[in-house]
Amino acid sequence: MASEQLSGAEMVIKSLVDQGVEVIFGYPGGAVLPIYDALFQQNNIEHILVRQEGGAVHAAEGYARSTGKVGVVLVTSGPGATNAVTGLTDALMDSIPIVCLTGQVPTHLIGNDAFQEADTTGITRPCTKHNYLVKEIENLPRVMHEAFYVAQNGRPGPVVIDLPKDILQGKSDCYVPPEEIKHRSYKPQIDAEPNRIEQAVKLIAGAKRPVFYTGGGVINAGDRGSELLTRFVRKLGVPCTNTLMGLGGFPASDPQFLGMLGMHGTYEANLAMYNCDVMINIGARFDDRVTGRLDEFSPNSTKIHVDIDPSSINKNIMVDLPIIGDAARVLEAMIEAWDKGDYTLDQKALKAWWAQIDEWRSKDCLAYTQKGKLIKPQYAIQRLYELTKDRDTYITTEVGQHQMWAAQYFKFEEPKRWMTSGGLGTMGYGLPAAMGVQRAHRDSLVIDVAGEASILMNIQELSCIAQYNLPVKVFIVNNQWMGMVRQWQELLHGARYSESYSASLPDFVKLADSFGMVGMRCEDAADLDGMIMEMIDTPRPVVFDCAVVQDENVFPMIPSGAAHNQMLMGPEDKAAKPISEEGMVLV
Amino acid sequence: MSPKETNIEKRTIAVLVDNEPGVLARVIGLFSGRGYNIESLTVSEVDQRKSFSRITVVTSGTPQILEQIKAQLDRLVPVHRISDLTNEGPAVERELALVKVAGTGEKRVESLRIADIFRARVVDSSHDHFVFEMTGKSDKLDVFIDLMQPLGLVDVSRTGVVAISRGPKGL
Repeated sequence: MASEQLSGAEMVIKSLVDQGVEVIFGYPGGAVLPIYDALFQQNNIEHILVRQEGGAVHAAEGYARSTGKVGVVLVTSGPGATNAVTGLTDALMDSIPIVCLTGQVPTHLIGNDAFQEADTTGITRPCTKHNYLVKEIENLPRVMHEAFYVAQNGRPGPVVIDLPKDILQGKSDCYVPPEEIKHRSYKPQIDAEPNRIEQAVKLIAGAKRPVFYTGGGVINAGDRGSELLTRFVRKLGVPCTNTLMGLGGFPASDPQFLGMLGMHGTYEANLAMYNCDVMINIGARFDDRVTGRLDEFSPNSTKIHVDIDPSSINKNIMVDLPIIGDAARVLEAMIEAWDKGDYTLDQKALKAWWAQIDEWRSKDCLAYTQKGKLIKPQYAIQRLYELTKDRDTYITTEVGQHQMWAAQYFKFEEPKRWMTSGGLGTMGYGLPAAMGVQRAHRDSLVIDVAGEASILMNIQELSCIAQYNLPVKVFIVNNQWMGMVRQWQELLHGARYSESYSASLPDFVKLADSFGMVGMRCEDAADLDGMIMEMIDTPRPVVFDCAVVQDENVFPMIPSGAAHNQMLMGPEDKAAKPISEEGMVLV
Repeated sequence: MSPKETNIEKRTIAVLVDNEPGVLARVIGLFSGRGYNIESLTVSEVDQRKSFSRITVVTSGTPQILEQIKAQLDRLVPVHRISDLTNEGPAVERELALVKVAGTGEKRVESLRIADIFRARVVDSSHDHFVFEMTGKSDKLDVFIDLMQPLGLVDVSRTGVVAISRGPKGL
């Protein structure tokens, strides 16, 4: 039976409603006016007007990561779509489910270099999980529903739907609800083969120095992923480390947690990786920031790799036992197999392993000294953590030193509380992401831990935050440098600080004031706690400009081209271990 | 030379895809974006009713890279199935070439004689040229084209490799 006559734009809205979408982030323009007109005439979906399309994608990412739902973006053709490209690439690298609707010139003008025309599907092909150009209105409902299916199933990612204006204005009775759409070809494997699970638990049971190394795959598997990981790791009594993307997957206060691993990970996490005999990787992808030098990565371990994406297997590191499947389902099967097989670990060996780990831990690799009036950035972030940890807090970050310090000093007890641009490293991510998070969790405390350079990359979104009175707290760790660039110039380029100084910074207090927000500036360590409390207690958006010591570097650090057991522990260490020529080439 | 650059192998991979706009660009973009080699690539619709196209790609790399190529191809959304024809048992590979040779006199006669030996067909001719059509394995085509070089070779058009597994089983 045919359904009612709907315009393409109305079908777009109806599909979104049927997909359970309650909010979209966007910016209007000529090609998408029909959708904006349809939006105007309904009350099911709220639209958040960003100030630049890049902000819309990051906001949708923040929304998606803090809720586990698909984030939806609506932008116009041409520049609207090209501005969205960075956000799409970011979502692809970090496996975030996004559906991005882009306007397009009418089908008869495609290819004519029409006003605001861009080859959106061509441009976004390498930076999306999949994309569509809808050329017939009859395909529109199918494409809309397929896009949601593709975005959130398997390894999640961004999907673009390019919508020519004549399709949006055309009318048809072809609408079909999501239940009637089955994807022809995309059927990712979510359950592992039982014999692999059996092999895995046997390997774990035989381990003397095991370590769990888990990533964003656990977070993407939903709350159940973290629950099951926590249950299994606690049952085994073995150490666990998280990647930057995986923080919150295992409770950070648990004594079995080793902290983050990788380039700026903890000494104990990296040495546990180097010295382990069985590595259980769940939902992490052996990223170069984690592995360091490949030929010396965990040289003596048997490696189990659980991933939903078969192309992650053996991409960087050859593993002994690949297991394809959803992290939660695989963990559930592993726990079941472990209980059924009545396996136990060699407790004596495990005790010795923990004694070794405790010795590494006693190095206290994240220690720093806060003396006097000047605020150390580590201290600023640690105090921010201490004063917010007992609240319902969500953290986003920009990219750079402050991001690494936030990853080091914040302790996440549960998933979906930590939103950071991991794979792409997008400066300007944190502010719009915080908008999306705050929209999803209106009564929660949402803080963007920022640097003074990164925040300027999407500073226009303060206007959006003001418009919707989203009480986001922007905590700027202001050292007046692009700190991570400066750190690398210091370590690798003879301290020639080429273009890394943040000149002509705005007065952030006045800037906040101009948007009708609260601005604060802290320059004295003695004032820090009081001012952070004041920020938290302000029920409005706040820009907090925290002036910190300028020349601090992030330690510990695995310099490029080095292995996990060659970490720099602090400034005094760097002269003793100069970075190799080979390492200089790496980013 | 790092161990990564040694033991390069050649593979023929068949990919069954939905015949939708942009699918070929997706496959080619995957190869160029990730720095894989394409030695030959052919594509055509093979099932109009189900709207399936089949892509045959000849590529080379280390065993690790080749496994990556297959995994990356397999995760493209419109890809139904892939098959490593080189690795999964014997397969038949063929390529078609159209070869234009211009000349008169002894060279012209010689080109026809060689074409006959290679079982190439003449599909167009005039008093001073031939167009030969030849089907075979790629290396046979290479030899034929080499032999035509001194005899007035002016143009070559090749299809690239198509391949299918031997035996009763389909893709």
